[in-house]
Amino acid sequence: MELLIFYAFCVGAVVSALLMVTTKRPVRAAMSLVATMSFLAGLYALLNAHLIAVLQLIVYAGAIMVLFLFVIMLLNIEEKEGKLAKNVFFIQLAGTVVVGILMVAMVVVMNKMGAPVAAVAVDETFGTTKAVGWMLFTKYLLPFEIASVLLLAAIVGAVILAKRRIDNSGS
Amino acid sequence: MVSLNAYLMLGAVLFSIGAVGVLAHRNALIIYMCIELMLNAVNLTIVAFSRFLNSLDGHVYVFMIMTVAAAEAAVGLAILIALFRNKPTVDVDEINLSKG
Repeated sequence: MELLIFYAFCVGAVVSALLMVTTKRPVRAAMSLVATMSFLAGLYALLNAHLIAVLQLIVYAGAIMVLFLFVIMLLNIEEKEGKLAKNVFFIQLAGTVVVGILMVAMVVVMNKMGAPVAAVAVDETFGTTKAVGWMLFTKYLLPFEIASVLLLAAIVGAVILAKRRIDNSGS
Repeated sequence: MVSLNAYLMLGAVLFSIGAVGVLAHRNALIIYMCIELMLNAVNLTIVAFSRFLNSLDGHVYVFMIMTVAAAEAAVGLAILIALFRNKPTVDVDEINLSKG
């Protein structure tokens, strides 16, 4: 049963990721990415990472993708063929071939990896909000606080960058 | 029980798909999305290792990566809007103002 669910989510994630890469339209790519992230959330739940699965849905599939859709809407990009369209095909082909070789190499290495593959039985609390929160507020308290400063800097930076320039020249 | 290797291979495949997207696309928005996909693939690898090593540290790392990804998306998209105001395009080949 678990294997069946794993393969279903696996195929879903890869297919929607391929859909994202092959389309040229940003909205379609964004929706495919939402699907990929939802499938990945399912895989996280399968790995007993309950908090991470919910965060994946809320932060990635929710917040970040809504941000992307807002920007797509805001920029209102028209479809057009660039001047460089002739060379792009060969660049794409070269990129696909190189990364394809990389992917085969990675898959082979991952397959041979002699990691602790024997399924370790984890206790009931593994991956729950309580357990991860305990880690976050004890062992990783300093990184947690630094992350809040990072978020503040990102908020300020995004507002400063995206706000309309106030014209002081009097026009 | 699904083996660790299956999760690692899925992570590798997703990472490669994202890398192809970054190299093949000219639209800056889709390139950002592909970077998010690559971050997600790495997150999957970390969570899988965390589960099979029976250690919760990986979950905290993923938490931090999500924070950084959110900050990166916000600032990146703000840069894109600022660029779009100067030159109405999201084609990365046409954004070459600092090229000598």
